[in-house]
Order: sequence, then structure tokens, then C-alpha cells
Amino acid sequence: MSELNEISRRGALMKLGMLINAGIVALLGVPIVGYLLSPLRGKAAKSGAWVSLGPLSQFPEGQTRLAKFRNPFVSPSDGQTADIPCWVRHITGQGFQVFAVNCAHLGCPVRWFSQSGLFMCPCHGGVYYADGSRASGPPERGLFTYSHRIESDQLVIRAGELPTLAADAGTAEGGRKRCAG
Amino acid sequence: MRWLKSVGEWLDRRLQLGDVIRETALHRVPRKSASWWYVFGSASLTVFILQVVTGILLALVYVPSAGEAWNSLQTLNQNIALGWFIRALHGWGSNFMVALVLIHLVQVFLFGAYKYPREFTWVVGVFLLLMTLGMAFTGQVLRFDQDAYWGLGIGASIMSRTPLLGGWLVNLMLGGPIIAGATLSRFFALHVFVIPGMLIGLVGLHLLMVVKLGINEWPMPGRLVRRETYLKEYEELTHKDGVPFVPDAIWKDLIFAACILLAVAVCAVVFGPFGPTGQPDPTIIQTVPKPDFFFLWLYAALSLLPPQLETPFLLIAPVIGIALLLLVPFLSGQGEKSWRRRPIAVLTVLLLAVTLATLTKLATYTPWSPQMSAWSGAAVPAEYLQDRSPLERQGAVVFQEKQCRNCHALGGEGGQRGPALDAVATRLTEDQLIRQVLQGRGNMPAYGKNLSPPEVTALVSFLCTLHPAGQTPARDASLPAESSPKSNSAALAGP
Repeated sequence: MSELNEISRRGALMKLGMLINAGIVALLGVPIVGYLLSPLRGKAAKSGAWVSLGPLSQFPEGQTRLAKFRNPFVSPSDGQTADIPCWVRHITGQGFQVFAVNCAHLGCPVRWFSQSGLFMCPCHGGVYYADGSRASGPPERGLFTYSHRIESDQLVIRAGELPTLAADAGTAEGGRKRCAG
Repeated sequence: MRWLKSVGEWLDRRLQLGDVIRETALHRVPRKSASWWYVFGSASLTVFILQVVTGILLALVYVPSAGEAWNSLQTLNQNIALGWFIRALHGWGSNFMVALVLIHLVQVFLFGAYKYPREFTWVVGVFLLLMTLGMAFTGQVLRFDQDAYWGLGIGASIMSRTPLLGGWLVNLMLGGPIIAGATLSRFFALHVFVIPGMLIGLVGLHLLMVVKLGINEWPMPGRLVRRETYLKEYEELTHKDGVPFVPDAIWKDLIFAACILLAVAVCAVVFGPFGPTGQPDPTIIQTVPKPDFFFLWLYAALSLLPPQLETPFLLIAPVIGIALLLLVPFLSGQGEKSWRRRPIAVLTVLLLAVTLATLTKLATYTPWSPQMSAWSGAAVPAEYLQDRSPLERQGAVVFQEKQCRNCHALGGEGGQRGPALDAVATRLTEDQLIRQVLQGRGNMPAYGKNLSPPEVTALVSFLCTLHPAGQTPARDASLPAESSPKSNSAALAGP
């Protein structure tokens, strides 16, 4: 009888021990999960930031040129990956379009062919017209565009996010709405 | 010798491993299973060990930082004695490992080895395959070059297609909103700690089950697996017609594994390491990113699927595929093992193999991609210009300058995105050509805004000359036969 009691007491203590461990693991789990999800909470992920592409004179009217900018949310280990290209189309006067180089299909870098007035993607054959609208191939939509404005003779765009179909914060999607049609 | 034995005994009294090792080594396997068909699992393990060893050697030099990784690979290739060889061993080892794991899977499937009581061994094996592919992809990212950078972009684009969660998944995958230093760091952690850790654990479990449950007997047509009787039958078989694993079966594993290691080494010496290709500088856009060999089929599938099917394919097909693989032993856990009596199993394997091989083959020359330099690199063949009018020759200039060659081949040179145009005049009348050029159709963009009327006239008059000698050009059947196809050209220049 006493033996049985002893076992159940030991058993209860073991369960208590397991319970305490489970509690501590759960407590530790909160900061661990928070740490793992930290990429979702960055400032950049929400809104992007305005960066300059240089003076307007770099972009002659009627031409589409490759421009480069430094990612506004750079970290010391980024190296060359912080240099981001984009296509700037100066339509006329104050009219600009700034396209992401990333194809709207799967993100490969599209190239501008001024003679035929087309952007072509080397990966899966997506083609876009000069205004960024889809011409042919697998993309379901036109090129992603950056929101832009002109500040004291500088062309400024909102950047910081990889343009993808899910990027709806300020950069790609916002620009698309502005330039729709 | 005697002191060696006593040291061994001293150790074994403390380690208590002798019996386990003896039991494992001498466990009886069916005589027919000691076969050359049963060597792929152990060969996969051998290459995995090679990958661990060469991976650690590479980690001695590799710098997992987006700013330095590419340079450290150059250092390995150029400045460190035999660094290139270790890189080549690791790269070729990876290809061999994926291939061996796939062959092992097919062999196990066709030999019915996943059936009762080895269902869970198969399930663990499926996860081992997925992790092997995960290692191949993350390893490609660690070779932080242009292909890796744009490959990450493709991965992120695929993630972004997930409804509702797309943006979050992209951020989690990249470690932030954009491909940067944090991205490489997390792929390094995955490739070096997370996936290998899980691989080692699951390989241990997989092997334990193989030893405990016994190796699959040679499948005989007509010998059916039944839950009630199988274990007894298997025990009888291994006792009546069994041989000890060591040495009767293991010698084939050892010799095959040695051949595989030798093959990896020969490939490493002859073909050298993989890349790195250009530096991971996103502003260098003159690049044609391509995945490594084992993902080429996916690259092809994504070019050939109708656009509206892509997102379902990317998001649903993998789930269904993996679920089906995991369910195989539960859907047919008993019954016939021999492939001779399982035609659907054989046909499934053949269909998948032919599909994957075809897609991979297509992806090696990507007929769907424009050839970006054809317009300046591939000249119009001289025979297409002989005895042509000035207008037609001017058309050839327009043809070249407007980059038509990027998508259309002429004389066998140029892109294959659109049809070759050597005989286009036999397929389309002049009016149809004009319409096609101005408005585009199918996969062809409309050039109406980028061509002046005289350019269209010249271009179409050149295209109308493109028909084999002796074959008449296409004509509008509603017009009288004598009406020349050129009669409309003058009208075109007007508007």
C-alpha cells in the first residue's frame, strides 16, 4: 500500500516537473517566435522610403533609361545587393514612369530594347510595351512601377521592397494604381 | 595484438555497443535481396557523408555575408590550394546525391518495399527526399552569384502568389522586404544547421527501421503481402534462405559506394566546380538566370503552362504531389509487390520520368525565351538578300533593327519564341502579315506604335520574299489568282 502511494507521489512530482518545463518552454517560445517573425515587423516592410534617382537631366525626354539607387534600408552586410536598378521612362515634361526591373511573372530582370520599344524578359519570355503594359508571354499583368515625385529637380521614388505580386505597401502596387491605363 | 583485444574489451564494457553492432552486422537478409538493385540507399548515405565532410571544409573559408560570399568563393577557386577541387566535389556530390535519392525512391517504389510493415520507412524517406532537394536549393543560394540572386527573386515571386499570406511569406523567406544580407544569412543557417540536422536525425531513424524491420525481400510475382501473415513469412524466409548482412550483402554496397565516390571525384576533376557566375550585383541586368540541373524541369513548366494555371500549379501541385507520395503506402500497403504485376505503378514512373526528362531537355535550350542578342549578333543570311529590290532590302534592315530576330529565327539563327520565318510567305498573305505586325496576336506584341508606315511597307515586302524557291506565296483565295500579292503595297504607304 505504502509503495503504491509512493509511486503516485513520485508520479505527481514528475508531472509537476513536466508542467513547469512546459510552462518555461512556452514562456521562452514567445520571444523566440517574436524573433523569428521579426522580418514581418520592420519599418521597411510597411511603407518603404523615398530615394532620389538623380537630377531630371539624366533622363532625356522620350527615352527609357536604367537608373540605380541604394536601398534605403541598407545593412552593413548587404554588399552589392543594396544597389537596385530600375527603368525610368521620361514620357514628356513632368511625366515619368519608373518601372521595376523585376518581371511581373517570376522576377527575372527585364531589358529595354529601344528600337522595338519593348521590355523583354530573358527567363520565360515575358514582353512588355514601353508604357509597362503586358505585351505577351506568361506575365498576367504589366511591369511593377514605383511611386515617384519630383523634388527640386530630382526624380524621387518610393523604394525598399522587392516588387512582387504581394508587395502592396506603397511601392509596386501603389505605383500600379497611379499608372493604370 | 593481445593488448588491442583487451583495450577493445575494456572499451566495450563501458560503451556497451558491441552487441548492437554485432546484431546489426549479422542480421539476416533474404539471399536474393543481397542484390545490386539494393545499393542505392547506402550510396546516397555515402554521398551525404561526403557532402558533410566537404561542406565543413568549405565552411572553413566561405564567408556567409552578402558582401563577401562571392569573393570568398573566388578565393576558394583561385587562391587556396585545391579549394576548387573541394568546391567541385561538393557541387558534383550534390548532383549525385539528388540523383541517387531519386533512383532509390523509384527502386523502392517498383519493388513494393514501402508496403506493410515498412510504411513509415517510406514516409521518412519522402521527407529525406524533400530535404535533399531543400539542400540543393539552399546550396545554390549559398553560391551567391547572379543565378543565386535572381533565383531568390523567383522564389520570392512564387511565394508572393500565395493568397493573403504572400507578403508575409516573402518577408520571412528573404529575412526582410528585399533580397539582402539577411537573406543569405538565413539560407546559410538552413543549409548548414537546420536541414542537415534534420537530415542526420531522419537518416538515423530510416536506417534503424531498415535494420529492425529487415530489408525488403526480392518481390516475386504472385507472392502477396498480407498484414496477418507477412511478418511470419518474412522471418521464415530469412531463416531458411537468408544470409548475414556482413559480409554477404554489404560487399556490393561497398563496391558501388566506392564507384560512386570515384565518379564524383572524376566529375570534379574533369568538369570542375560550379561557378560562381557573375557577382550578385542586381544592377548587372545583362544576365539570363537559370536554376541548377534538378530544378530545370520546373523552370520549363513555368514557361509552358498557361498563365492562369501557374499560380494553382505552384501552390497546389506541390501539396498534392507530396501528399500522394506520403499516402502511397497507405493506399496500397498490402498485395502485390512485383513490378511485373503492377502496370500502373510502372506507367506512373515512366510517365513522370519522360515528363521530367522532356521538360529538363527543353530547359537546356529554352525555346520560349527571346534570344536577347540575336538582333545584333545574327546577320540576315546573304541568300535572303540576293536579287531583292531596294525596298525589300530596306525591309531586311527594319527586320534586323526592330529585333525581330530575338524571337524569330531565319536561316536557323535567332530566337525560337515565335515561329521561324524562312517560309512565312507561304503561310500568311501580305494583308495577314501587315495585320500581324501592326496588331500582334498570340504571343506576338503589336508593333503598330513602333513602326512608321514606310517601315511596315518595307518589312512586309521583305517578309513576302521569304518562301522556298518553287513554292508560291500564300494568296487570298477570294481574289482572282493572277492578282499579285504586291498590289496592296502602294495603298499601305498612304495612311
